[in-house]
Amino acid sequence: MSSNASRRDFIRKTAALTGGALAAAGSARAAPLPVPRTNQEPGRIIEETAYGMPSKYEAHVRRRRTDVLKNRQNLSDWSMTPLQHQPGIITPNGLVYERHHAGTPDIDPRTHRLVIHGMVKQPLQFTMDDLVRYPSVSRFHFLECSGNGLTDWLKPASTTVQQTHGLLSGAVWTGVLASTLLEEAGVDPRGKWALLEGADASAHTRSAPMEKMLDDALIVYAMNGEALRPENGYPLRALLPGWEGNISVKWLRRIKVGDQPWHFRSETARYTDPMPQGKWRQFSMLMECKSVITSPSGGQRLKGPGFYEVTGLAWSGAGKVRAVDVSFDGGKNWREAVLEEPVMDKCLTRFKVGWNWDGGPAVLMSRAVDSTGYVQPTVRDLQKTRAIVGFVQHHNAIQPWAVNANGEVRNVIGQA
Amino acid sequence: MSSARLKQASLWVGCSLLLAACANLGGGGMASKTAEGIPLGASGRHAVQPLPDKPRFGKPMSEADVAPWNIDIRTPDGLGLPPGRGSVAEGRSIYAAKCVACHGPDAKGGAAYQYPAAMFGGIGSMTKVPRILTPGSMYPYAPILFDYIRRAMPMDRPQTLSADEVYALSAYLLNLNGLVPASAVMDAQSLPKVQMPNRDGFIVDDRPDAKAVRCMTNCQ
Repeated sequence: MSSNASRRDFIRKTAALTGGALAAAGSARAAPLPVPRTNQEPGRIIEETAYGMPSKYEAHVRRRRTDVLKNRQNLSDWSMTPLQHQPGIITPNGLVYERHHAGTPDIDPRTHRLVIHGMVKQPLQFTMDDLVRYPSVSRFHFLECSGNGLTDWLKPASTTVQQTHGLLSGAVWTGVLASTLLEEAGVDPRGKWALLEGADASAHTRSAPMEKMLDDALIVYAMNGEALRPENGYPLRALLPGWEGNISVKWLRRIKVGDQPWHFRSETARYTDPMPQGKWRQFSMLMECKSVITSPSGGQRLKGPGFYEVTGLAWSGAGKVRAVDVSFDGGKNWREAVLEEPVMDKCLTRFKVGWNWDGGPAVLMSRAVDSTGYVQPTVRDLQKTRAIVGFVQHHNAIQPWAVNANGEVRNVIGQA
Repeated sequence: MSSARLKQASLWVGCSLLLAACANLGGGGMASKTAEGIPLGASGRHAVQPLPDKPRFGKPMSEADVAPWNIDIRTPDGLGLPPGRGSVAEGRSIYAAKCVACHGPDAKGGAAYQYPAAMFGGIGSMTKVPRILTPGSMYPYAPILFDYIRRAMPMDRPQTLSADEVYALSAYLLNLNGLVPASAVMDAQSLPKVQMPNRDGFIVDDRPDAKAVRCMTNCQ
């Protein structure tokens, strides 16, 4: 679209909007103001001790399990973050998505131990009291499940962005650099891999390359300014920034150094990606650049033509988000959105762009570019190499939301 | 050299190493890969607090004392498989006592399962739609059975089976999949020798696999 055409378009839309706004103002004048009851009676007293909870009027903002698959047990299960209700880039601890393989354990931090052993000079044991004495780091990173979007590959199955993209959360993580502890144990130069193992009933285990462990991996005991929640690994977890969530092993009890990967069930029969010719892509840990519009998003309804701030989240496991473009016509034309500071490494980034909806059908999409130059692909782009049906892992394709003349917003993945 | 100068020298060496690491990791923003070709997504080091003396709070322990937690099996060659043995017939009766509630009487999947998750079958289905995923069709190495059953099964009481029981269950499941005869006995020597049909079914991460273009106008 040329800038002239764009200006004409803007003037036309603005004129339409002004007319609409006048009509709206005529028919719906603001009501007079009664004095609210809360001004006329005292509120609740400060409880002697209390953990603050959200307003009772926010009860709809909850994690939810998948609507798409019927899971008949809840031990190996997942719950999803309500991204449509999240402003900013931080997910409150009670809304951070969950994925457990055998339920949430309640671990006493006084008895919890971390062991580092295997191909090291000296096997070491740490108590929680030991770990909090090390120099700490706090870093902002996203966490995303490799299966995020798995239900919505070639056709829509989910309604809301909580269901399409809610295996995603953002937090500030506090702990010790894994390199600090590994260097203390003295990693054998042949020790190229590290086993990470949980103290839960699945003893969930993954093999992680030593390069990553010594680069930016964290041994985490706190998130968003408080101790980890039980469902997110209390009292101790690994955090491998920018990599699929399940390798950031929760309830971390053991790190073993080895010269090759272990090829556990969790990295062969699970958490591998179906590829053509019957193959499975293995050790695909990196979460590639991705974005999604959270407002307006699936299941919402626009309240008539006029101005909307279109906003969403962008992230990349390979670095920082460099740019996000938004399309209103199903990917034919794009406008660069504003990125809200701070823009951080391997972290959720908030993007925003103003939109005057003219009341006609529209298809909204966002497309992120990261600091390596990687451009978020469409489903069709991904299909060129992942020519499979059923489901994909690491689904980072562009998410289209269709708006109809009634303002209803629908998931049209694979259709637009 | 005085101890203060020694510390200074070692700090300088440490900094040089750090810079070298940055260069290797491509601090300029390009994603790097491991020796195996696995994408790291590294984007350069964060600032680290310089410390004159490294704190050391880990308490030394022996590998022998780690033993109760040292339950992993390196599955391609079976490193870590413990002494013990179990037969297909023994496995069948342990299955009936401890596994049947979830996995069903004929190992075709029980009531607690989300998918029709059979413990056998699906061999040859990888190039079909849908792929039928079972231990027989999916696992590239037979010792995965031992590692996973020991650490995570039965779901209501994991890490309670003896090594003999785990070998027996591995033998039973391999037999159900037609991969060992009914007379088979599994132990640390025999289990890694079982050839799994999906052994060559895996490719190391070769992403980025999409090359999208940042088109702004009149796209598609």
